[in-house]
Amino acid sequence: MTLELKNVSKTVDGVPHIHPTSIALAEDGFNILLGTTLAGKTTLMQLMAGLERPTGGEVWFAGRNVTGIAVQKRNVSMVYQQFINYPNMSVYENIASPLRVARMKAAEIDRRVREISELLRLTPMLKRKPAELSGGQQQRTALARALVKDSDLILLDEPLANLDFKLREELREELPRLFSGRRCTVVYATTEPVEALLLGGHTAAMHEGAVTQFGPTGELYRDPADLQTARIFSEPPINTATALKQGRRIAINADIGWELPGAFTALPDGPLIVAIRPHHIRLVTGEERHRPDLSIIAGEIRIAEISGSESTVHFTFDEMTWISLSHGVHSLGVGTMADFAVDTGHCLYFTPEGRRLKP
Amino acid sequence: MNDKTLNQKGWLFVLPVVVLVAFNAVIPLMTVVNYSVQETFGDNLFFFEGVKWFQEVLHSERFHAALLRQLTFTGIILLIEIPLGVIIALAMPRKGFWVSVCLVLMALPLLIPWNVVGAMWNIFALPDIGLLGKTLNSLGLDYNFTRQPFSAWATLIAMDVWHWTSLVVLLAYAGLSSIPDAYYQAAKIDGASNWAVFRYIQLPKMNRVLTIAILLRFMDSFNIYTEPFVLTGGGPGNATTLLSIDLVKVALGQFDLGPAAAMSLIYFLIILLLSWIFYTVMSPKEGS
Repeated sequence: MTLELKNVSKTVDGVPHIHPTSIALAEDGFNILLGTTLAGKTTLMQLMAGLERPTGGEVWFAGRNVTGIAVQKRNVSMVYQQFINYPNMSVYENIASPLRVARMKAAEIDRRVREISELLRLTPMLKRKPAELSGGQQQRTALARALVKDSDLILLDEPLANLDFKLREELREELPRLFSGRRCTVVYATTEPVEALLLGGHTAAMHEGAVTQFGPTGELYRDPADLQTARIFSEPPINTATALKQGRRIAINADIGWELPGAFTALPDGPLIVAIRPHHIRLVTGEERHRPDLSIIAGEIRIAEISGSESTVHFTFDEMTWISLSHGVHSLGVGTMADFAVDTGHCLYFTPEGRRLKP
Repeated sequence: MNDKTLNQKGWLFVLPVVVLVAFNAVIPLMTVVNYSVQETFGDNLFFFEGVKWFQEVLHSERFHAALLRQLTFTGIILLIEIPLGVIIALAMPRKGFWVSVCLVLMALPLLIPWNVVGAMWNIFALPDIGLLGKTLNSLGLDYNFTRQPFSAWATLIAMDVWHWTSLVVLLAYAGLSSIPDAYYQAAKIDGASNWAVFRYIQLPKMNRVLTIAILLRFMDSFNIYTEPFVLTGGGPGNATTLLSIDLVKVALGQFDLGPAAAMSLIYFLIILLLSWIFYTVMSPKEGS
């Protein structure tokens, strides 16, 4: 049972919200929609669920065209960023509500509610009202409501975004266990690349209402097909610069350049875009800065943040702002100069239009 | 501990409010309490009477009748205005151009002073020349608010509903707008009926604002004076002599300051008591 979008698009008042999109979701594991706010993740989910009707294209589910079939006839469930539960029903009644609408027998409802609340560790809270629960427990209740009815398609729209850090981590660790062994397609929207990588599965990177690339999450991260996907998938933001390729050599400016790996030399000469992830630019100190094999950039420090054992440094050189992520605690004064080494073996190269260049 | 007792500056901040409340609430109220236990004659002659006036008022049939009329009036207008206000709020658009149009139209009656509303309806309902009165009579209905108690009551209730339902609408609408779209979507996914959406999402989410709406409408309608005064002055006969009209007749008409003061206090305590009961019964129970 899988969901397939065939050229689906959505236009509201002449403004395209979703550009024609074709993807076939994976049957097992998470299908992650990754993109910033307003990238179209929620709209795409609503199109998948049948809450919105596509302007063009078709939605297929399990080999059946379900375009235009109302959401309540599709066996879909959804969990939102806000904790959506019926406010004056107990947790038990909340979880049971989709089953009651489906007119299931009381004994069966009871069995299922108890089973799912055990799984989500809600058993001691069954008699309480949602307002008497913590945020994490409220979202667990919403998850239980989504899981209890054995939906074919479960949509999770940034379900962890409103939770405190610790609760978020706790629930995220549980998520794969909750969905394993269920015969359903799971779609998960998030703004955080790290969350996508932790959950694995497949990812659709989204930007301005279009899916830039869809594939296994790790592959998308390591091997993006275009610059936009690389940007979506990098936190802190990926560094980009226009560079000039001439024969074996690539140069960002007169001072900074390096030898391209052998396979790239076959590409035609001319301008291209080089993208370097922040953790591939590291701070160098002492004797190391004189090593001839390193491409050293001398930058002026703009922002220096230390998060535990890592240092994020924003620096400028040649009127460009770059970000470096280094291990260790480095106290750097704003306005001072420091040397950074580029890991030239891990740079990504794109055409000026943003298409990935591969050897 | 020492820091707390030494720092007396806090009193300075509270002082303006204390003075304000003293002059506009406490002192006038105490004056009324003072009148309520004394017999007053000309030349500022006072004689202490104890609870005599309270006993008199509480045993007077005139007061009972006015209280009954008042409770009936308030009951009727609450039963009409609260459901009507909720229905109108539910029917109002949630987004787009028409939201502001509806809100302005709804707010208009609230901007009109009480006595103007009374005068407007008085003329509107005149049986010989008023648009409403003339129309009703030419339709064959015998309508005359200066002669028939029923007509007077109907006019009074129509007036209050016209004037104040908007308040309930605006409050209920505010409650409805605070419900995130996701709730409606979730209900749609569950396949919940419109009634279920109202019963399990909209009503619980409107609970607080409706409590306030009921309290405000209760207190305001219990205090109503201007409209019946402008319409018929409490007539025909005593038909629309509600509590405050009766009170003013005693205090100013007959200049019985003692009984009028006792009546005011009883009136005040009734409102306080009923408001408290309403609030305790209606306000949602907090989680422990």
